[in-house]
Amino acid sequence: MDVEILSRIQFAFTIAFHYIYPPISIGLGVQLVLMQAFWLKTRNPLYHNMARFWTRVFGLSFAIGVATGIVMEFEFGTNWATYSRFVGDVFGSPLAIEGIYAFFLESGFLAILLFGWDKVGPKTHFFATCMVCLGAHFSAIWILVANSWMQTPAGFHLAKKVKETADGVQHDFNADLGDIPYKVLEVPLPEGYILQEGDLTSIRAVVTDFWEMALNPSTLDRITHTVIGCWLTGAFLVVSISAFYLIKKRHVKFAQTSLKFGLAVGCIASLLQLVSADSTARGVADNQPVKLAAIEGLADSTTEAPLGIAGIVMWDKDDEGNIVGIKEYSFKIKGMLSILVDGDFLHPVEASKTMVKGLNDLPSDEFILERHPGATPEEIKKIRPEYWPNVPVVFQTYHLMIALGMGLIGISVLGVILWKTGHLFRTDIKWVRWFLWILVISVFMPQVANQAGWFTAEMGRQPWVVYEILKTSEGLSKAVVAGQVLSSLIMFAFVYLLLFLVFIYTLTKKIHHGPKDDESIEILPEKWRPIALKGGRHTSAGNDAEDQPDLSGKSSPGN
Amino acid sequence: MDLNTTWFILVGVLFTGYAMLDGFDLGVGILHLFDKSDTNRRIHLNAIGPVWDGNEVWLVTGGGALFAAFPEVYATAFSGFYDAFMMLLCALIFRAVAIEFRSKEKFGWWRKGWDIAFTFGSVLSAFLIGVAMGNITWGIPLDKHHEFTGNFLTLIHPYSVFLGITTVALFAMHGNIYLILKTEGELQAKLRRWIKITIPIYVVCFLIFNFWTIYACPHIQQAIAGRIPVLVIVATLAVLAVGAIPREVHKGREGRAFIFSCAQMAFLMMLFGISVYPNMIFSNPDIANSLNIYNGSSTDKTLSFMFWVALIGVPIVLTYTACVYYIFRGKVKLTEESY
Repeated sequence: MDVEILSRIQFAFTIAFHYIYPPISIGLGVQLVLMQAFWLKTRNPLYHNMARFWTRVFGLSFAIGVATGIVMEFEFGTNWATYSRFVGDVFGSPLAIEGIYAFFLESGFLAILLFGWDKVGPKTHFFATCMVCLGAHFSAIWILVANSWMQTPAGFHLAKKVKETADGVQHDFNADLGDIPYKVLEVPLPEGYILQEGDLTSIRAVVTDFWEMALNPSTLDRITHTVIGCWLTGAFLVVSISAFYLIKKRHVKFAQTSLKFGLAVGCIASLLQLVSADSTARGVADNQPVKLAAIEGLADSTTEAPLGIAGIVMWDKDDEGNIVGIKEYSFKIKGMLSILVDGDFLHPVEASKTMVKGLNDLPSDEFILERHPGATPEEIKKIRPEYWPNVPVVFQTYHLMIALGMGLIGISVLGVILWKTGHLFRTDIKWVRWFLWILVISVFMPQVANQAGWFTAEMGRQPWVVYEILKTSEGLSKAVVAGQVLSSLIMFAFVYLLLFLVFIYTLTKKIHHGPKDDESIEILPEKWRPIALKGGRHTSAGNDAEDQPDLSGKSSPGN
Repeated sequence: MDLNTTWFILVGVLFTGYAMLDGFDLGVGILHLFDKSDTNRRIHLNAIGPVWDGNEVWLVTGGGALFAAFPEVYATAFSGFYDAFMMLLCALIFRAVAIEFRSKEKFGWWRKGWDIAFTFGSVLSAFLIGVAMGNITWGIPLDKHHEFTGNFLTLIHPYSVFLGITTVALFAMHGNIYLILKTEGELQAKLRRWIKITIPIYVVCFLIFNFWTIYACPHIQQAIAGRIPVLVIVATLAVLAVGAIPREVHKGREGRAFIFSCAQMAFLMMLFGISVYPNMIFSNPDIANSLNIYNGSSTDKTLSFMFWVALIGVPIVLTYTACVYYIFRGKVKLTEESY
């Protein structure tokens, strides 16, 4: 295997593994803020108990998230040095801003969140929790700014570096001027300049407008979509563990209340995700038509384009094994894709007339002619598949994500209905126990959906690392050989497998150990106690019966 | 002062912050295995527990700032030092998770395993950081496109290895002082005995390293020739700061000793900066291919935008970092939340 494929595998592997943990931190962070807010408002020790338990789970995933996150930042330089040289002026800023405005915030206040229980007062502690949560969100925002720029680059131009000597003469950047002093100038290239072979030693992307770069056409949609995905991840982790306790009749009061928090956020987030998904997909249709055609497995341009629900896409190859098209078999709703792309749900008939381009017309002939001047129509047809992503994989990951998203909506809405009708905690009913088991398993759904979505987004962009500007294969490090990447890949595979096993083991142990049921007023840290006692007296009368603190020290066996 | 020089200093400040702060974390790790007692080892971990994560962010942010301000330097260094950086990543990962996982189980083998991971991760991190610095001072072969043309063995030579050892010694001393500051009683007495070993080792390394640099690096002799006055001042301050450490430790003023230890790191980084400026990666043997703060930088537009970003961000960061250190001041007490 060569450096390219190994570096691709390494990047995909390390980011996929890393991306298990930040969504947990972001999503659980929201849960912690809510739990602590309830605790501050009601002074009900149950909420305090919840906040403490979920903070322990949070700390665990945070540690691995940090440890594996450093890898991601280094890998741009180690494996993708040519890419880094080319985009550093544009792409480095969001990463640096992430460091200064997100990581420091997160890690600084994390100390107070994890270890500050008896060092600071409840309000300061709540503030720290909010800051950690905010920091985690900032981190997601800036990394998505950087990533979205790769998807839909904006706010920059390509510039050629030249050397200018004191006499005003400009020399090629790679010219050897010996000891003659020179200045480096950046000469902007005309818009739409296409990179030629060998250009990368003297041409790079240069920021023209930072905010246009940061708020490029896909940034806001992708931030919303990803952050909501993270909220779902955190919410369903809480839902899953709580449902498990309910089934096992352990920590019942704790589990019931936690489950409500998880379901409430899960339900709101999954419904919001539907809106965000629609908006994101329409952005893809506008900005990355090839990706849209790939995720829907659409071969021919058509009006009344169908929306595939599930199916299979395969490459169509000629006798020599070259890709000439795709074969697609799926259940579909006629015209639905056109309507979704058009976005006019009130006039479906007109909307279904919207033309959606298929892979056989994408990228356009003009686009290919610019890069392959003088190609005949026959040749264009042959060249075209070079500019397609891996359609079968993109199609499957996308549909997996959609299926899981729909499943999450179904589960969380049903959960809320059962909660409101008073059935959710009736563990004596068999079908309720079945539903709770589904909730236990549901923890994997947002996780798999996150991964599938990430793969759709990143693989759907291929062969480009910077969309329609720089190919992934051109961004590799020149100083690195395959053996180096292979050995580091093996190292990561080994280390990450070990980490994952240890994570699962300690998480299981924490779940088994559970919250301390007697973690009530008496054992609260000294600083917190007077407020708790005072607050407890004030609010206990007004509370709904279900929210009464469980001070007995024992779990009640269901409702 | 132009923007490029400002960013040269800013990146230097970030890495100095990293050395001062994560330096003592790594130092604690280097000393960790020398103490056999489980309670003492837990105290080690909890001495850095609340702050190590924040300290490591200085490295991440330093890397990010290097990427934004000097992308060529970032790309050349990281791809050129590929194997070394991969080992560094492995070491940092193990160190980080060892802190988190060690006390989650009581089995001897579990704790011993993570203790070893913690120490080896710390020693290897400190050593590799030193080796990388050594190579930047000594010079590495670059072609005219600033691509590294050597291999892993090119990076391993007596000078860089010795700076690696010096860095381990430096962090061990720094971590030792920090631990004395955070402990009491018998453990503190033990650490006071250790400091009588860690300080001399470092001082000897420090002296050898400085003479070696001046003697064996002609480009550094050249660079500093025009900067003698400022160099002499900073070097004197560095020597004074190093000299003050044993005195303050002897008098039982660990707080001051720690500050002097931080100060001498800052002076050393300043010496490093003065000696290499304006080069960032010196190319040896082809001097003309060196990367400096001009041919390796981003555009003025990015540099000035990022300057304002840093100007607003860094004071905020320093403020709450100081608050966190203030909240967790005093001796380590093992509690329920402890590792």
